[in-house]
Order: sequence, then structure tokens, then C-alpha cells
Amino acid sequence: MNTVMDSVVFKFIYCHLVSSNECVDSFRILGSGFISEKYSIIGFLITSLILILILINGALVGVLALIWGERRLIGRFQARLGPNRWGPWGIFTPVADAIKVMFKEDISPRLSDKFVFVLAPVLMVIPVLMIFAVIPFGKATFLTDLNVGVLFILAITSTNTLSVLMAGWGSGNRYGIIGGLRAVAMLLSYEIPMALAAVGVILMAGSLSIIKVIESQTIPFAIFQPLGFLTFLIAATAELNRSPFDITEAESELIAGYMTEYSSMKFGLFFLGEFMATIAASAVIVCLFLGGWRGPEIIPSHFWFLIKWILMICVFIWFRATFPRLRVDQIMELAWKALFELTLINILAVAILMLIWPDPTILELWIMTGINWIIFFVSLWIFGKLLGPKPEQKDGVSRKIVLQK
Amino acid sequence: MFGFGLIKGLWVTFKNLIGPTFTVQYPDKRVGLFKAAKYYKQNPFSFLKSHPIDGLKSIVGQAVIKEYPDQFPRFRGQEFNWYEDRCTGCASCAKYCPLGIIEIETHPGENNIQEGTSYDIDVFDIDIGRCMFCGICVEACPFDALHMGSGFEKATEKREELVIAVDELRSADKRPSTWFRPQIEQSSYQPRDKEMDDFHDIGRHEKPTKEELTERWVNER
Amino acid sequence: MSIRTEPVTMNVGPIHPSTHGVFRMRVTFDGEEIIDVEPVIGYLHRGSEKLAEERTYTQVVTLTDRMDYVASMTNNQSYILSVEKLAGITPSPRGVWLRMIASELQRIASHAVANGFLINDLGAWHTPLLYMLREREKILEMFEMLCGARITNSYLRPGGVFMDAPDQFWPALNRFLDEMPHRIDDIENLLSTNEIVLIRTQNVGVLKKDECLNASITGPVLRASGVDWDLRHKNPYDYYDQISFSRPLGEIGDNHDRFLVRIFEMRESLKILRQCIENIQPGPVRPKEVPFLVRPPKGDSYVPIESPKGELGFYLVSDGGVSPFRCHVRAPSFINLTLLREMVLGDKIADLFVTFGSLDVNMGEVDR
Repeated sequence: MNTVMDSVVFKFIYCHLVSSNECVDSFRILGSGFISEKYSIIGFLITSLILILILINGALVGVLALIWGERRLIGRFQARLGPNRWGPWGIFTPVADAIKVMFKEDISPRLSDKFVFVLAPVLMVIPVLMIFAVIPFGKATFLTDLNVGVLFILAITSTNTLSVLMAGWGSGNRYGIIGGLRAVAMLLSYEIPMALAAVGVILMAGSLSIIKVIESQTIPFAIFQPLGFLTFLIAATAELNRSPFDITEAESELIAGYMTEYSSMKFGLFFLGEFMATIAASAVIVCLFLGGWRGPEIIPSHFWFLIKWILMICVFIWFRATFPRLRVDQIMELAWKALFELTLINILAVAILMLIWPDPTILELWIMTGINWIIFFVSLWIFGKLLGPKPEQKDGVSRKIVLQK
Repeated sequence: MFGFGLIKGLWVTFKNLIGPTFTVQYPDKRVGLFKAAKYYKQNPFSFLKSHPIDGLKSIVGQAVIKEYPDQFPRFRGQEFNWYEDRCTGCASCAKYCPLGIIEIETHPGENNIQEGTSYDIDVFDIDIGRCMFCGICVEACPFDALHMGSGFEKATEKREELVIAVDELRSADKRPSTWFRPQIEQSSYQPRDKEMDDFHDIGRHEKPTKEELTERWVNER
Repeated sequence: MSIRTEPVTMNVGPIHPSTHGVFRMRVTFDGEEIIDVEPVIGYLHRGSEKLAEERTYTQVVTLTDRMDYVASMTNNQSYILSVEKLAGITPSPRGVWLRMIASELQRIASHAVANGFLINDLGAWHTPLLYMLREREKILEMFEMLCGARITNSYLRPGGVFMDAPDQFWPALNRFLDEMPHRIDDIENLLSTNEIVLIRTQNVGVLKKDECLNASITGPVLRASGVDWDLRHKNPYDYYDQISFSRPLGEIGDNHDRFLVRIFEMRESLKILRQCIENIQPGPVRPKEVPFLVRPPKGDSYVPIESPKGELGFYLVSDGGVSPFRCHVRAPSFINLTLLREMVLGDKIADLFVTFGSLDVNMGEVDR
């Protein structure tokens, strides 16, 4: 397990504060520390606070960049330019959004439960920020390395559910409650495939710590366990309330969502929380499935992480631009009848393969990959036959429409 | 297999991502160096010398030029071009307007040169605020005096300013659209390129000579 | 143990992002299932039929293209055919071919809009809609070349059209005919085998054959339920009897069938356009003897045509003056809308808007 001093960034800042024997000269570029070893705990605290500040600000700037990037990218998918008026290439658009949200009137419904009403958006944003604490952004660059990192992340994504429930209840609006309960049902159903898909990763890595997971990916797990990757991707899209599972935000659905009674900055916080969750979920997928910062040594590992991260966010935006929405009962059907079983098949396959080859060489890894892909195609075919559009109606184009002369 | 339809959908969206956009950026378009130089009709070096600030902006792709969408000669714009020298004050346009927004008052006078003197126009108000630009008034004019214009940037700040009075009709730029005027179209007239001020070029019938006019209006009376 | 639920009545107001136009519904549902739908219309009533009694026959053309504002060329065509029958005017051939070209282009534009908005209601954040609107832009540019306005055209006059097509029109039309099949294939690839669209639209909003025939439904809705009835074949007007094309017929009559029927009709319209371009001959577009003020003798006439939404006809009564004595519009959207309740009963709320969108109703026509 890595301690926090293994993190290069942490050590850099710590050594400038504390004069310690562990710090070699290469870390003391700007001068030696001024706090003595006896009070090193103060050095730890100050370093942690500085790093936390950098991370939180980085996350917020990332959200601004995502707001701009998503609107321009969706525009390009639709063969049009996105917003390009405010500032060069429209980069001040998120600023305009923020100003608009702040200047609206903050309405509190009379029948709402005040404490719960105000707490819900806060609860949406803050836990997501905690995810960034355990993610390594490059080789030996992290804030902390929990030895239960994956469990920590899965636990935090569950607080999203609680916040939605509080928002729906706190609105005091009968349709808000119904919408909130529907959203909670969806979010709870997709927790399970997400956790089980992560179990496949943990089995191969042998540990819950994220650094260990990254280090054990000689082949990225997206290629090694395609079933696990696909189900994690679908479950993450549902957890983020994005298309095709965005029943909560849909205007053309009849029942109002849990966010209707919110205005001004509270609505802004919901918005912020959703975008931040997108960024955090992409980072998690990169770490768990795409190999984190691993890559050929041509460019530093931080750039590899950044490239993979941005690609993953673009994949989420691509899904949003392409797919129509699923109905609520179809979403629940997908979760319980398809994804749950697929993740169990994935765990079974990985466990059996690990039993046969406990310490695989590269060749044996590729053989295991091939077996996993065969299982992937076979199970998708079986589930498609069972649950998809019925066979006689699948090829709607040629059979149904008769051209009468 | 289940999922191929979804993947085909993703592929179609991806093809559109790398294809061209169909946005027309009106009125300000932000371009790079070569398009900005072409707009000012210079080669890039002289453009950088003559417009330094715009040149710097265009290197990062942010120079601002004006762009207008395509407009065809028959476009029924939101203005009217009136040739007073051809108008006889018959008020056919006012009579056939479906909404009745044209108001004409005349007195016998000496102004119409084309057909001999007939009526002088005192008041000729067209209310653009209620007009639907159907062009029936243009269709009804027997002397080709009223044409639709080709401009469309006619927003004002008060509703009263939307009524075009006769002075504005007289003094406005004349870029008539070729709607219901096939004779202008045959001379391949493009409204954006030049104005058409001369009332002789615009009519359906040929120009009568001075002798014919004297014969028709003076000698036969 | 069963849970007691009670049905809720909600108002889907006139202002709603998914009702195309101002349309109000009072929906009663129990859980997720719909028990009752009561449409309330009249929010866009402008008194077009009464206004038509005070305008001359040429001025009424401008009224007609504001009724179904998405497909104005076909509205004009239906009205002008009635006037020609009433006044006994024989239109000139080139005018008729140009009329048919305009109306088939309008059919493509209207079906593109209908399908685009249907998929928009399904929730695909405007992507297929923008692809369809991009094609519609090319058609609207061609209309601007023809008659100066993109949407409210008033291009047709009794006896033909009012002006010949300019020289730029024919190359633009040929370019459009070359590019459009690829775009329709794109949309078909994007959507008609997409599993999400299939799951959402199959077996939803089913309309059976005998229900259709009993309620006098016409248009693509009827053909999607399997009835072979197209006025261009059964009752040919203009020169449709000199042209060969086929009619797409569906089988079950659900939303998916209506969506596919409209896509296939777009392809058939392209075929018709190619044949029109081959057959057109130079000549005058309007007979010289048609006066500016048409004064038909006493009588009445009704010539129905196949508009993109169904059977559209103007019933005109004349008493010898310059204005119609009575003008009544048989609006297809209004009659198709009467079956909304039967189609939607038993389905879930999320399907209400999809079914309504697949009917392709235009409120300008419903309320006139």
C-alpha cells in the first residue's frame, strides 16, 4: 500500500514546509522547510489543505469547461456550431450561465420542508468532490491512497440517491414526490450492476486500492472484460441521469421531476453536481477499466490520463446526442432482467479463468481475453433474443412496409 | 444481433461530427487569416499590414466579418420600392390589399411623366406592422410603379415608426425584388449588387417617346 | 393485499413543449396507465372561413396558406383546384407540372418535419430533428427561388402558377434529387433499426383497419393501418394519372408503421419529382384569358387532394360575385384527431406524446 508520502506532489509541498530527513535535495528547489520535525503534523495539515484547495478548484474549473465543451460538442454532432458569441469560441458561456442562475429569484414553496429542501442540493455536490481525493492523476500523483478505494467510490455514488429523495420530498409538490421516487427507483436499481461490474475488476487486481488496480492492468480491463466494461458504462450513464436514462429531466414526460421547485442557486448547485458527477464518473472509469495513467513512455503519464479522461467524457456526450429516451418500466426491465445477470456471468467467467491460470503470463492473458470476448457475444445474443424487440419485428424495414403499385 | 442498431446510430452521428456544419453566422462571422483576407480582397500579407488588430485576431481565428445568408432575386423583402414617376394614383394597390393597410390621397397634378400628367400623391402610407408581404398590391399595379424591396432589416423601436410615409418611400434606396416582375428578371438583375433608380428600366411596356406622349395626351384632347 | 390508488386528472396545457401548436388535453390516468383523454381545441381559431367570404378569390389564396402552415403549397393547390372547377378554367400544362413539383417538394418537407419532431418527442435531444431540418432548408431555399417566400407561399393562381421557375431552380432541384436519397438512408440507418426506437414505438398506439375506416381517417395514418387509399391514385387530379409511383402500406398501424410510411413516402415523392422534370415542356404558366378578378358562375365545387396530412378539400359555393359565398375546409388533421382517445387508452403516459406526434396534427388546420 502506498502512503501519502509516495505522492510526488504531496512530498514536494511538504518538503518546502518541514525540514525533514526524508526530503532529498531534489525536492527542495525553492528552499528548505522552516517547520521543525517535532511539529511535522502541522506540515501535513497545511499540505493537505493546499492540495484539497487545488483539487476543489480544479474540479470547479473542470465543470465550467465541461459546460462549454458539452454544448459545443453536441452542436458538432448535430452539424451546427455550438455557442460561439461570448468570448472567443464562446468560452465565457458558462460564466453567462452562472450569472443567469445567480440572478434569478430564489423561491421557497410554502408547503415545503425547509431543512430538507435546503440540504438536498448541498448533499448533491459535496460527496462528489470527495471522489477526486482517491483518484491518481498520474504516476505517483494522488492525494491519498485508501486501501478500500473502490468501495469508497461506490459508497459515495449512493449518496446521489439520498439527495434526489430529499429533493423530491422537500418540494412539497405531489408531482415532485412522484418524480423523485421514480428517480430513486432507477438509481437504486443501477447501483447493483455497477458494484458487481467493479467486482470483476477487483478479482483480477486482487485489492480494493485503486493504485493496485491500475498497476495490475497490463491489458486494460475494457479489453479484458468487455461484459464488465459495458455494464459499468450503462450503469454509470443511468447513475448520472443522462440520456438515454434521463427521465428525470425530460420536459416531454408528464410528471415534473424532483427539480421543479428549485430556482436560482439551489438549481445551480444541482446542475453543478450533475456535471461534476460526470467528470468524476469518467475519471473512475478511466482508472478502473482503461488503465489509468498507463501508456507508452513517449509523453508523461499525466497526459495519458488527461487524454483518456477527455475521451471518456466525449463518449458520454456522444451517447446523449444519439439515443432517444427509454420509458421507466423499460429502464427497470433493463436493470433487473439484463444487466444484473450479465454482471453475474462476468464474475463467474473471470473467477473460473483466474482459477485455471492463477499467475498468467502475457500469452495466457490474451487467451483469457479471447474467451471473455466469446462469452460477451454469446450472452448478448441470448439476452437480445429474450428481451429485445421480438424477432419477427426486428427488421422493420423490409418486412412490414409493402409498396403497392 | 442486439445492439447493432445502436452502433449504426452512433456511426451516423460520428459521420456528422466530422462533416461540415450548416450554420450561417449572421451578422458577425468569426474567421481565420485567409478568409478575412479574402473578405477585404487583399492577400494575407497586405491584409496584416493594413489591418493590424484584425490581423492579430484572425491569426487565432477570431476576426469579425459580416456575412449575409443567400438571397434570391424573387425574395419578398419587408420594404416597398415606389417609382413616383410611373405612379398615376389609381389606388389599385390599396383596393386589392387583403388587409387594407395602404392609404392613398391624391389631387390632380403634374407629376407623372411616364403616362402624362394625371394625379399627384399627397399621402401614401403603408403600414408594415400589419402587412403580410403577400405581394398582391404589387400584382395589382398596372403601371409597375410599386415593387417589393429586398431588404429585411426594418425593425424600429416604436410601433408608429412602422408606418412608411410617402417621403420615406420617395427617398429610400431602390433595390426591387423581381417578384411578379419578369421583365427585371430577364435582365438578370441581382438586388444586392446595384440599385435600380431609373424608372425607365423597370416597366413592362416600352418607353413611349415624347412624340407619342404628346400625341396621346395633348393632341387628342 | 392490494394498494388502493385513485385516478388523477391532469391538464396538459395549451403551452407545452411537446404538443405541436396550442393544444390542450385533459388526461386521466391511474398509476401510469391512461384511462381517459379529452382534447380541447380552439386556441388558434382565426375565423378563416368567415374571412374568406369577404375577400376576392385571389386574396383567399393568402388565407389558405396560413391554415396548415407547414405545408402551404398543397393548401394552395386544393383551393385553386376548387376555384378552377367552379369557374371552368382550364389550366395551362406547364403551370400544372410546376404545381405538382411544388407540392411534392412540400410533401417531403412536411414529412421531414413530422418525423423529426416525432423523434424529438422520444427524447433524442434534437439530433435527428436537425438533420431533417437541414434537408428542409434546401427545399425552402428552392421555394424562395420560385416565389419569394419560404413558408407562406401564395404561389398558385387560378389557371396555373403566377410566374415561371427561374433559371437557378432546375440545377438546384437536380442537386437536391441527387443528395436526398443518401440523407433519407442516413435517417433510416439512425433510427429504424435502433433498438430503443423499436422498443418505444412498436405496438404502441395501435389503430386497426376497421376503426380507421369507421372514423374517416385519411393520409399516412390510414395507409399505415393497411388500407390502400391514396387520392392521387383513386381520384387523380392535375396530371397524376400520367405518373407512376407506389404507395407504402403498413401492417399493424402502430407508431413505428406510421414513422416508416412517412419515410417511404418521401422516397416516392423523389420518384414523382424525377418524372415531372422529364415531362415538363416550355410554355406559358397561366392562360392569358384568366382575369385578375375571377367571377365564377353560380354553383359549388369540391376537389379533394392528397395533402401530406390526409385528404384536404375546399368546398366553395359561389353566387356570381368576386368573393366566395361560403368556403368550408375539410381539414384532415381535425378529423384524424378525433381518434386520439381510442389510440391512447391503455398505454402509458410517456407514450401519449409519441402517439400524438405520430398522428402529425397541425393546429392551424384543426382550428382554422
